This record gives sequence, structure tokens and C-alpha cells, in this order.
Amino acid sequence: MTAAAKVATRRILLDVRGVSKSYGGQVGCLDVSFALYPGEVLGIVGESGSGKSTLLACLAGRLAPDTGSIAYDTKERGLVDILSLSEPERRRLARTDWGIVHQNPRDGIRMDVSAGGNIGERPMSIGARHYGKIRAEAHEWLNKVEIDLARTDDKPRTFSGGMQQRLQIARNLVTRPRLVFMDEPTGGLDVSVQAKLLDVLRGLVHELGIAAIIVTHDLAVVRLLADRLMVMQRGRVIEEGLTDQVLDDPHQPYTQLLVSSVLQV
Amino acid sequence: MIQVMSSNTETSKGYNFAYLDEQTKRMIRRALLKALSIPGYQVPFGAREMPLPCGWGTGGIQVTASVIGPADRLKVIDQGADDTTNAISIRRFFKKVAQIVTTEKVDEATVIQTRHRVPETALIEGQILVYQVPQPEPLRGIAPRQIESRKLHAYAEYGAMQVTLYEDVARFGYIARIYEYPVMVNGRHLMSPSPIPKFDNPKMQNNPAIQLFGSGTEKRIYAVPPYTSVRSLDFDDHPFEVQKWKQSCAFCGSGTSYLDEVITDDRGGRMFVCSDTDYCAKRRGAQPGTSEVAGSPAGATAGSSS
Ligand SMILES: [Zn+2]
Repeated sequence: MTAAAKVATRRILLDVRGVSKSYGGQVGCLDVSFALYPGEVLGIVGESGSGKSTLLACLAGRLAPDTGSIAYDTKERGLVDILSLSEPERRRLARTDWGIVHQNPRDGIRMDVSAGGNIGERPMSIGARHYGKIRAEAHEWLNKVEIDLARTDDKPRTFSGGMQQRLQIARNLVTRPRLVFMDEPTGGLDVSVQAKLLDVLRGLVHELGIAAIIVTHDLAVVRLLADRLMVMQRGRVIEEGLTDQVLDDPHQPYTQLLVSSVLQV
Repeated sequence: MIQVMSSNTETSKGYNFAYLDEQTKRMIRRALLKALSIPGYQVPFGAREMPLPCGWGTGGIQVTASVIGPADRLKVIDQGADDTTNAISIRRFFKKVAQIVTTEKVDEATVIQTRHRVPETALIEGQILVYQVPQPEPLRGIAPRQIESRKLHAYAEYGAMQVTLYEDVARFGYIARIYEYPVMVNGRHLMSPSPIPKFDNPKMQNNPAIQLFGSGTEKRIYAVPPYTSVRSLDFDDHPFEVQKWKQSCAFCGSGTSYLDEVITDDRGGRMFVCSDTDYCAKRRGAQPGTSEVAGSPAGATAGSSS
């Protein structure tokens, strides 16, 4: 099924309208609007300082925009402006229906808790109290992200960077969120390690039908994962469309520059 | 019982009754009332300097000083015993500054201050159990910063605490924590029971007595009102269990009390005896340590202060 077909048959999951955020005169992001549908993967690309990270922080509820609205289709109440949620409601959403994968695994996993405990935290935080089931679920997810089960009780600080990042993904996906935010998920990893991570990610996103917003400067990541692409420059979205369209036939000079620089790499 | 001192709160020795001034006591009582109305919630309070070193139960002493009246009878235990240095000095302190009657018998006491144990003898309505608490925050080590641990309490986000139990089972095959075993109070607040053995945790559940907790160093007070649910965290397939001993008490034969292992000679001889000395003595029928009456007759006539 193409992205366009998915869009036609489903209702909006995340509805973003006119989101702007500036810091003391410095523009973070400016008048960003888009709609995300269930199961759709949106890539946001741009250089550092383009506003993509500011936008992601706003979308994930970690930063309050100056203007605009961000509505999410909650399971209980349908479309709700996430800015109107109380802090505990937002935190609950963030650890159940959402996932957040940070660039640095250190920000997203507990380094002094075993891999199994890391994966079990979300289920336990929403009431799981059967050790055997929690552990079985941890094993299932370690399998999915291709971490050897013999490492279940090891602390992530003994893991390679790629394993840590895959553990972070498992820890997020275990509650089967409907929307995952990813901030440079392959940043800081070797190219060979990136390939495996992207492979795992692509498999999971498709298998689970998760919607995702991936912020990256790496066009190879969006080429592989994203159905749709937004290109940001100086806080604004300057070009958007289906990923292959944008990458193969970029209209804006800035996008052309981005695409050509990746081709040279 | 919190009693209104209508007059004469000065003792003959020149201290205000129970050492603390009345304003401080009122401040602590307000904190206690708040703590009782939100079971398990840690209430900050303006802890005062006490004439005992920190770590000697200054938090518990301030709580006791704020709830005790002239008609009360005070028992102080440390690790279950009334005759340890810590217990003796606290008892002596209150005899001096409040001229109250002290006792070693749970049945006679109206206020019991404790370090590390809950008495084996069941408490009754009207009694107050005051715990000395070195570290009130059960989430320390999980949320290093206080602002975060307060949020976790406020939003009842206790998943990470359960993770520490998971880690135990993954590592040892069972929940290895023996002391300071975390409890959920009234189905809402996670609470540290102070460093009592987990053996004592079930006694907190549905207890008819008032349970008050004071930490002087961390300036926190919390409470469990009578007949409140106090559930020890566990897993469905690894349920909470208390320690068990193969032996019975060598003195009284009790097979249900918390036992200490004591070395009887230098050839490796050892035996197991009740840690709760009052309980053990009562079972043996020989009751040492009847009420000690302080110099002043003020508290001696107290029949029932509940
Ligand atoms: Zn005994």
C-alpha cells in the first residue's frame, strides 16, 4: 500500500497547525503545518539550526510553541490539543501511546539497569506485575531488535553504541505506541552499524504499523524509512512531498544542495 | 495523643514541656495533621536542632515531643530492645524535659518511639508509634534529583521502583531486599517504612495505632493513619514474603517473632532469641522493667490517656 492510499483510508493522527517558536528574537521554527496519518513515517531534514529539533521538541510536548496548535488523536478522547493536557496527562501519553528515541541512548535508557529491566519499565509503569510475563516480553523485544538473549541481564553500559540504540528502540516500542519521535536515531554511529539499525527500524515500523516523525540531517535515513519528507531551512518548511519525489526531483535550490551533497558522500 | 496544654508547660527544670517551644510543636503538629490526611506523603517541616547528634533519631524525637502529653507513658526501642544506648538516652531525655512516665511494656505505653522495629505485640487504638527515619525518600537512587522524585510521587509514576524489584529477581531469583522494603500506602503513595526489617511490613497494614515517621536530617514527616492499607511491592509470581527461621526463640520458644542470632561464647556457640525484648519477657512471664516514674508526680496518675 502506498502512503497516499494509507492517507485516504484513515483519520488524522497528529494535526499540526501554524506552529512557531522563537528564542529571544532567534527563530526556532516558523508557521509549520502538516498532518500525520496512522502508520505514516514523516522525515524532517535540514542542517543544524534549520529548526527541525525545535519543531520536534514542540511536537513531543517538551517545548511550548509561541503560537499554533498540535492536536493528537488520543485513544480516550479523540483529537486533543496536547498543549491543553496537564503535565501528568502528557507524561502518561509519552510513556504509553508515544515513543521518543533520543540521538544519545544515554538520554533514553537507564545505563545502570539491565536490558530486560529497561524494556520492562514501561509495562511496569502501566501496571504489569507478573515477572514471568514482563521477562517474556523483554525477550520478545530483544529478539526483535536483534540483541542476543544472553545479554538480557547485562547493563547497557557494556553494550556497543548500536546495541544501546536498538535497546532504546525496544524500550520505547514495547508498549506498542502509535507514534514515535526520533531525533537523529543514527547519529554518532558507524556507517556499518547504522545499516543494521535502519534495517531493524524499517522492519519494526512496517510490522507494527507505527507512525513516526524522524528528524535527521542524513538523507540516507529518510530515503530508507520515510514515506513523506519535509525540508526545513531557517525555521521554515521550504519543500515537502513524497520522499522519492523530493529526493529525485528537488525544486528548491537548498534541497538540491542537500541532495547533491549526499550524493557526493 | 495531641493534647492541649492549658497551662504550666514549663517544667521545674526550666525547659518548656518536652523541650520544644509551643510554636515549634504547633508547626510540627500541623505537618503531622497534613501527613495523616495524605497517607504516605512526605511533608516538609522546619526541623529544629536537638540536643542529640543527628542520626540519633532527632526527627522521631521532635515528633514525639510534639504529640506527647504529661499523662502519656513513653516506650523507646532500638532494634527491638529498650536497653540500648540510643533508647536509654532518648528515654532519659524525655524524663528530664517532660517528666513523663516511661515503660518498657507495649501494653502500658501510649507513645512508642522506635528505631528499626515494629513491636511484636499488636498495637491498639489510641497508641502512637513514632518511627525514626534516616532517609525518607524511597525513590532516591532512582530519581537523583528531588524535583524529579517529587514529580514521580505527584503523578504516581512508580514504574521505576518496580524495576528495582525486577532487577533483584533477574539477578537472584527472588526479591532480595530485606530492610526498608518499599510499601504502597492507601493505594496511592510509595513510602519507605524506615529501616525496619521487611518482617515488620505486614504489621503496618491496617494497624489500629497511629504511625508517624520523622526524619530530622531530611526535614520530612509522613504518617499512616489507623486502619490504612500498606502493601509491600511485589510481583504476582514472586509475592512478598517475610523472613522465616528454622529455630524458635531460645528464651521464650516463640516460633513467630523476629529472631536475632547471638554469639554465646568464643567457640562459635550461637543461639536465636527474640529481637523484641519486651515481647520475649512477656512470654516468659517474667516482666522486668515495670514503669519507671520520673521525679515529678505529674504523670504518675495517668490512668488512660487515649
Ligand atoms: Zn523470645
